[in-house]
Amino acid sequence: MDLVTLLVILAKVVGLTFVVVLPLVPISVYFERRFSAIIQDRVGPNRVGIPLTLLGAKKDFSFFGLVQPMADGLKLFLKEDFTPSHVNKAFYWLAPALTVVPALVTVCVVPFGSDIIVNGIGYKLVIADLDIGPLFVFAISSLSVYGITLAGWSSNSKFPFIGGVRSTAQMISYEIALGLSVVPVLLYYGDLNLSNIVEQQSVNGWLLLPLWGNSAPWNNGGDYTAWIFWIPAMIAFVIFTTSVFAETNRMPFDLPECETELVGGYHTEYSSMKFAMFFMGEYAAMVIGSSLVVTLFLGGWSLGPWFDTWAAGLKIGSVGIGGLLNMSVFMAKVVAFILFFILVRWTVPRFRYDQLMRLGWVIFFEAALINVFLAALVIAAPQFGTLATAAGLALLAIVTGTLVWVLKVSEKKSAPISI
Amino acid sequence: MAVVKVTRPKLNAGEKMYLGAIFKGFVITMKHAIASMRNKTRGADAMESTGLGITMQYPEQKWDGHLPDYYRGAPALVTDEQDRERCVSCQLCEFICPPKAIKITPGEIPSDDPWAKVEKRPKEFEIDMTRCIYCGMCEEVCPEQAIYLRKDYAITGLKRADMVHNKKKLYEIGGKRVGLVNKWNELK
Ligand code: SF4
Ligand code: SF4
Repeated sequence: MDLVTLLVILAKVVGLTFVVVLPLVPISVYFERRFSAIIQDRVGPNRVGIPLTLLGAKKDFSFFGLVQPMADGLKLFLKEDFTPSHVNKAFYWLAPALTVVPALVTVCVVPFGSDIIVNGIGYKLVIADLDIGPLFVFAISSLSVYGITLAGWSSNSKFPFIGGVRSTAQMISYEIALGLSVVPVLLYYGDLNLSNIVEQQSVNGWLLLPLWGNSAPWNNGGDYTAWIFWIPAMIAFVIFTTSVFAETNRMPFDLPECETELVGGYHTEYSSMKFAMFFMGEYAAMVIGSSLVVTLFLGGWSLGPWFDTWAAGLKIGSVGIGGLLNMSVFMAKVVAFILFFILVRWTVPRFRYDQLMRLGWVIFFEAALINVFLAALVIAAPQFGTLATAAGLALLAIVTGTLVWVLKVSEKKSAPISI
Repeated sequence: MAVVKVTRPKLNAGEKMYLGAIFKGFVITMKHAIASMRNKTRGADAMESTGLGITMQYPEQKWDGHLPDYYRGAPALVTDEQDRERCVSCQLCEFICPPKAIKITPGEIPSDDPWAKVEKRPKEFEIDMTRCIYCGMCEEVCPEQAIYLRKDYAITGLKRADMVHNKKKLYEIGGKRVGLVNKWNELK
């Protein structure tokens, strides 16, 4: 490996992690506070700005309170970092790092934009162009459960412990739904490389918007596969998105840290920067989750074929800067999805723990399994011919019906209380 | 009275799916968000809101016009229509004050003063506003109607000493109050 390659890798790591992803964390915190405020008919933090009056100017510069996250960060830095005497020190110190690091490591497979071309050589806007993108993300991001569990256990007090146990069960349960729900997507693309998946979506239409390229029936000689595949894709999208909510401990599923029952959940005993690390880890996981959803279902960095080809041709000197434009499209999509995350948080009330487990194991697990079958059937239908497809559909209907019936029967209804 | 047995409503399939309710929730929250962005939140006018939602942007805007007459703000001393200090330093307020916020140094009125027959006036009168709980007991107990709770509420200071109102400051807040007790005036 020569020096240039190393330097390019270093530039990608520093640029994409510290310039692109990490700033998204305070931005999403800011959006969280402002958006929740306007939902609740409040104002939210709109004051913190640059105190120009201290420097002799007439007016302070408060740009809609955008500096607020910095003030929060500074406050957390200056707070006392208190370690209670009853904790298990080594794990107590390790836990915050274990939640942040996995979330940030997964950044390396996310394709941020199309290639940047310098002197005819294309540089991909992805740190590690792995051929097992989604698997890598699942493998690494599931490590963050250790951080939370260790935090709960090493804190050596009851509320963090309950939070930690809850989070372990929750994250392990929803990982199954998460993994199964992307199988149809991977079947459809026949590829596990996220860059290639986005490339395909850019050329052939997004998974949830198959309106151009090869997926549109008027281009590919009346093949409606992509359009019919929209149904399993949509089911996969719903299951995947909901599971991401559960994985990131976001609102309808934030039982590991629900304030009403557990004080602060697994980070009750943490203060100062250690608490901030948990906070950051949660928001970083949210950013990664939304970028994964955007990448798999909503076309990643592409904005329709016209924009993509126009951007690809854009040049300053001998440097093709289309990649940067695509990156801003990607960022806009991610931010939009984060806003959706926030909207959900302030709309949907928290689930009860048994409801959460039921949703994960009884509904999503089965639905994702059936969805894999359905997706495979849709993809294979052209080769199968009508008869085999109809037989497959009938089989699927029978299996689904049986499952629903079994679930209905097996679920014991408690008799309504009558006086 | 007939007994009405309340039963749980039967949910239909759509309601059991739960997704419809979530979308309804999204519509409601977004309605609120958009209304606050357009400054059209219900009740915003009544609350004199200018920015987002129904919040009044405090230091720029104040609720002063709406304060009721019985509002209990900072306690202050008042003078009467002849600019005589009403307080005769009887120290009743000092002793009634629950958090012991008042400190009075009584003083004698010299005999060449036109109000010599009042005999006493406070030499120094201090109310510690970090202690005052705005209960209004001082106003109630004062036999001379010399101390009143005014409508000032933004009592600020950079150090504790700033928060102690001395006599000068108290008269500044209180100003003049006419009518009522006249027993120290000349009989006409
Ligand atoms: S009760 Fe009234 S007259 Fe007596 S000391 Fe207090 S303010 Fe002065
Ligand atoms: S308002 Fe109450 S607390 Fe304040 S000075 Fe008067 S008696 Fe004391």
